[in-house]
Formats: sequence, C-alpha cells, structure tokens
Amino acid sequence: MLSRVADSLYWMSRYLERAENTVRQLDVTMSLLLDPGGASAETRWKRLMSSLGKPAGMEWSGDLESMASRLFFDALSPASITFCVNGARENARQVREEISTEQWQRLNRLFHQIRTPQAQAQFGANINDSLAAVIDGIHLFKGVSDTTMIHGQGWQFIRLGRYLERAYATATMLEVYQPELFNQDEEDHSGYQYLELVGLLRCCTSFEAYCQVYTADLSSGRILEFLLLNRDFPHAIRYTVDGIRDAIDSIQRSGGRRPPEELTAAIGKLHAMLDFTTIGEILAGDAGGFLHSIREQCMRIHELIYRYYVHYSIQSALSA
Amino acid sequence: MSAGLPMEMDTLYGDYTLDQAFDEMRERDGTLRSHYVPLAENLAHLPQDELQRRKQSADLSFLTQGITFTVYGRDEGTERIFPYDLLPRLITAQEWDRIERGLTQRITALNLFLRDVYSDAKILNDRIIPRELVYSCKHYRRQMRGLQVPRNVYIAVVGSDLLRLNTGEFVVLEDNLRVPSGVSYMLTNRRVMKRTFPQLFSKYGVRPIERYPQLLLATLRSLAPEGRPEPNIVLLTPGVFNSAYFEHTYLARQMGIDLVEGRDLVTHDNIVYMRTTDGLKRVDVIYRRVDDDFSDPLIFRSDSSLGCAGLFNAYRAGNVTVTNAFGTGLADDKAVYAYVPRMIRYYLDEEPILPNVETYLLGEEKERKHVLANLDKLVVKAVGESGGYGMLIGPHSTAAQREEFARQIEANPRNYIAQPTLDFSRAPCLIGNRLEPRHVDLRPYILFGDKVNIVPGGLTRVALEKGSLVVNSSQGGGSKDTWVLEN
Repeated sequence: MLSRVADSLYWMSRYLERAENTVRQLDVTMSLLLDPGGASAETRWKRLMSSLGKPAGMEWSGDLESMASRLFFDALSPASITFCVNGARENARQVREEISTEQWQRLNRLFHQIRTPQAQAQFGANINDSLAAVIDGIHLFKGVSDTTMIHGQGWQFIRLGRYLERAYATATMLEVYQPELFNQDEEDHSGYQYLELVGLLRCCTSFEAYCQVYTADLSSGRILEFLLLNRDFPHAIRYTVDGIRDAIDSIQRSGGRRPPEELTAAIGKLHAMLDFTTIGEILAGDAGGFLHSIREQCMRIHELIYRYYVHYSIQSALSA
Repeated sequence: MSAGLPMEMDTLYGDYTLDQAFDEMRERDGTLRSHYVPLAENLAHLPQDELQRRKQSADLSFLTQGITFTVYGRDEGTERIFPYDLLPRLITAQEWDRIERGLTQRITALNLFLRDVYSDAKILNDRIIPRELVYSCKHYRRQMRGLQVPRNVYIAVVGSDLLRLNTGEFVVLEDNLRVPSGVSYMLTNRRVMKRTFPQLFSKYGVRPIERYPQLLLATLRSLAPEGRPEPNIVLLTPGVFNSAYFEHTYLARQMGIDLVEGRDLVTHDNIVYMRTTDGLKRVDVIYRRVDDDFSDPLIFRSDSSLGCAGLFNAYRAGNVTVTNAFGTGLADDKAVYAYVPRMIRYYLDEEPILPNVETYLLGEEKERKHVLANLDKLVVKAVGESGGYGMLIGPHSTAAQREEFARQIEANPRNYIAQPTLDFSRAPCLIGNRLEPRHVDLRPYILFGDKVNIVPGGLTRVALEKGSLVVNSSQGGGSKDTWVLEN
C-alpha cells in the first residue's frame, strides 16, 4: 500500500477516535454539572482541558455554554470536534479510492450534519442530542469500516490509528484524574464521589463493563486496574496495546520487508510493562509516572511507525 | 416522423420557444420527434410532485456520494455537487453509428499526425500544414522528437466535444487530447438515472456504458513496456485540490489501481518507483491526469511540485509508459484544429465523416481583418486554453470586452482563433416543475490501445442558464445522462 495512503488512513482513524473521546468527555462534564455540590464549572472545565491535553485557545471564559459550543464548533481550534471530523474527512477524501463507498458516505454525512446551520441551533437547545448524534455517526462509520473494507494493510492502519490514539488519550485522562481520585481515602464516599467515579468510567464507555467484572461496587483502585490492565475490554489500555501489536504483526506478515526491530521492540516493551505489573505495584509506587511512561511510549511508537512505513529514506529501501 | 402531443404535455412545458436552433425533442412545428414520445408520455403521466421528489432523491444521492468538483477562483464553498439535469438526452442508433465512425476516423488521423510531427514531419514537408503553426504551438514538445512511444499510440484517452447544428448534423468543436475529464460523471449519472427512471430505461433499450473502466484498464495494460507481463498500473493525480479529483479517485477505484501523487513517486536509474509501506515498488504504466508542464520539474516547469523528477528520462528509456504521451496538446491546439480535415485526407485518403466548425486563423491577415470587423458576431478563443476560459462570445459581450480582445488579438494573433457563433442544439431540461430547452453539447469518450474503442454514450453538457452557450462545468454548466438507443 502507498505510504501516503497508509498515513491518511492512520490519521483519519486517529481524528475520529479523538472526536469520539472529546465528545464523551464533554458529555460527562456537562452532565456532572447538573448535580449540585460537586466541583465548580470552572474546575471541571479546567480538568476537561487537561485531560484533552491542554489545547490552546480554550481557556476558561466564565461561560460554560459558550465554551462547550466552541469545543464543538470552532473549526480553527485543533481541539474541537468539528476540527477532528473535518480532519478525518479530509484524510478520507485523499484516499477516496482506498475506502469503501459506505465508509465515505457515513463520514461525509457526519461532516455535512455538523456543518449545517441547524446544528448550532440544535446544540443550543439540547447538547445531549448533538453529542449523541456525533457518536452515532462515528459508530456507524466504524461498523461499516469493519464490514465493508478488506481487512488488509489499510484496515490495519485504521486500527493502528484508533488504538494508539485511544491508549494515549486514556492514559492522559487517567493521569489527570488520578491525583484527585486515587489518592483519596476509600472510606469517605459521599454520593458525589460516587458520581465522579461513574463519570470517569463513562468517559471510556466502561461503566457497564466494569459492573460486569467487579459489580457496581466502585473503588478507585479497581477502576484504575480495569482501565489499565483489563485484557478483554476495548477501552482498557492493555487491550489497545494488544491491538497495536496485532495490527503491526499483520502489516508485517502481509508485506515482504524485514521486520522493523526497533518498532517491534518498542511495542513489546510497552506490552510487557502492562503484562507484568500488578495494580498493587502501581498503586504502591508512582501511578502518575507509570501513566506518563505509557504516553511517552505511545509517542515513540508513533514516531517509529512513521520512520518505517511513511518517511523512510530511499537508500534504505533500495538496499533492503 | 413525428407524433401528436398527448393532452397533458401542454401543462408540462414552461417557456419552450422553438426557433432556428435544432431542438432534440421537438420538430420545428412543435410535434415530438418519434424517439422522444415514450419519454414525454412518461413525464406527462407522472403525478404533479413526483418529478420533484425524484429530483430530490437524486440530489441527495450525488451529495452523499461526494460527487463534487472544485471551482477555481473562489475562497469559499470550493466544493460543489456537479449540477445535472434529470431528463436523459436521447441519441438514435443511426446517429450514433455516424458519430462512432467519424470519431474513429478522426482519432486515427490525429494519432498519425502526432507520430508524424514528432518523427519525420512529412505533413510539414509536403506543406499541408504550415511549419510555423506547429512549431509556434505552446504545447509542442521538442523533447518528444524521435522518441518511440509504445505501439505508436500517443492519445490513448480522448474526449471530443461535438455540437449539433440547426441542420441536425453533428460537428466536432474540439478534440481534447491532453487530459479530458468528465467520464466519471457519465458513469455516475447513469447509475443515478437507472434508479430514477427504471421503467423508462428498460422500455427504451439503452446501450450500456458501464464497461468503460474495464476498457480503460485494458487499454492501459496493452500499452505496458515490453517484458512487463504483469504491469503495475497507476493513475497520477495532481492531488485533492484538483477540480477533477473526484474523478481520479473514482476511476482508480473502479479499475482497482493505485492513485498516486507526484510525491509518491521516485526515480532511480531511470526506473519509476512508488513509495509503499513495503518499500519501493516499480511502476510500469502511468495514466497521467497531470498536464505536461507539471509532470517533471527537470524537463518541464521547474517550479512544479506536482510531478516526479526524472519521470521523463525513465519514459524516454522505455521503462515506463506515460499516457497520454507528452506533447499531444499540439494536436488539439485550436489553430491546428482547423487543419484536421486536411489531415484526414492526407493520412487516410478519406473524406471526413464528422465536419469541423468553420474556423478563422487570426495569424492570416485577411481573416484577422474580417474577424476584427465582426467581433460582435463571432466567438473568439485563445488557442491553448480549455474549460471555457479565455473566450469571447461576440453577441453576448460588451464593447469594452471586445476592445480588450481586439487589443490582445493585435498583440498576439497566433494565440487566437474565431468561429461563427453557433446556434447549437437544445434539449429539454427540468427547470422548476416544467420543461424548458437549454443548449447542449456531447462529449463521447474514446479509448485507443489495440484499437479504437468508444463506449456508446458520453457526457451531455448543458448550459443550465437560460440562453447561455457555455456548457463548461467550471462556468456554471451541468450534465445530462446520454442514452444511445439500441435501435
């Protein structure tokens, strides 16, 4: 597959994953504010921004509605949902011949849907509906991606983008939340504390999955264990790293080139770190540092993917 | 042959004036041409809002499919749906037969001309075409002299523009021999139309065009360099900002080949490679949708980054086929155009089946004087331009525009030609809820590999604005599906 095409598919997928993550976190932030007694709008907004990677131009202005609207519609801010959907669609447009018509139509419809003048009015009237509509659009796109596209290299690059973005975003979010939640005394749960924990799980659509594994008995330690180390839940970091390794393996098998040692080593290292660390060790040690290290390793993997598949030198390719 | 109007037809017509111009649907006395009767009856029997409903569902289909093109020279809304008209344009088997024979003859002669000019130049030595006309053409490529192209095919992909005069006769307006576009609209129009008028379609017995991508692929494969039995064929696009980008992706997908940009290609030892995730992969045939000028910065325009450095040398070495060949724009120069009938007689010893439009060459003093005196009646075109740019339509122009053109003509007469303002044919279009006539042309698509192949159909382009003569999509034109009837 053409390097440029792989690059576009990878970013199409990353942008959509990012949009979805932003939508869910915004949704949770807005709904937590409905209950009195929790943190103020300003505190919540700042925390939301931190877990989205502190984007520029989104500093608290005092008016939550207008901030939320900017996070949704401001096409010039790289943090906004509109920007991410535009980015995904622009990448898809450049590889229109590689993706299926169904994929393109779903993505194109989502793109047009949030651009209509009615979209802003709807957002003002009912934020939940607007956010749910974006999530629906993205889910449809993922569904047809899995069912209408050849599961070859292109599809693997889509998975690669999705999982890398998800691992990075989840690690960032946990890193932001962990000082507040995980260092607290387990005993003094007020009703609000419970809501906060549900909110955290909902940011990763993982409340129901968590309950299936641990029952509705929420504890910050188990939540961290679930979101970090669960093997079977698609939003858990360990699952996404499995996915990354699997995607790279498949890409390697379908191509004829010698395996990029540095890349497989970097992924293997991250994988092993998650495989051979217990939640007890993490909680007893430096949880923040652990999460931070996951982020750094994700960045390194991204760079290596670029070096091997996209921006390699001609000389290295000719001698191979 | 004509038939009486069904009663309901009267309410279907909007402002439908018949005059000198040939009307595709109606005779001069207002009766229907026989092959349009089923269409008209079908329309007349549809419930009031049904047409609009079908139109809306077709619109939506185009939008969600992302069938759009880019308009140059505007900042906003650069992406638009390609405007189209819901009613098909019908061509009888007999009319098509003549078009097909005429185009085959014409393309064969034009290809022989290119081969001749870039090798022995006999036609110039025999003084059939003036030497200075060829060598002063801005699309003449000196680099192509003496170069052997695969199978001697210079123009593998062509889309000629035909008009129908008030006599009902088809004439060739121009031959697009560089990178003709629009074929994807022909194919997608057909898909949408089959869904919009299924009964009508089956009643008519329309010849199929869906094979075009497969034929194109076979044509490209037949031109592969020697010794490459499983050629890697790619489509080279200028990129996502090109107005025809949709078409490039569409064709690549339909053919199952890679769509590459210049930055995907590298040359090494006169071999072209593309950068893939598995390393470099050799490229054998390039279906080029990038103009000559932008194809190779080492040979042509050095400020272009759309092409691939070293491409021309690899081509010259015979390691890669690029089609259409470089320098084919010479033969669709609007001044060289005037000599095509003479080429046909010279190379094939035949009379042209499809005539030319009368053309004044402004390089010749007598003709120039005549044209300058009659600018308000003529159409003036810059020879190297296409897409309706650089054009003066006399009867629709202002005095200031005419003065401006007169000045430009005096400054560079070789750069312009003039033609009479043609009263070309009109076909019924759905305007609001009613039928109104609009000017149309016809662009059939011709493929030339082992032999000349023309899919029965083409893109009928419509000047959707009332009275307008400009059908180019870049200037507010639209399209219609073209149904070539089985018999």
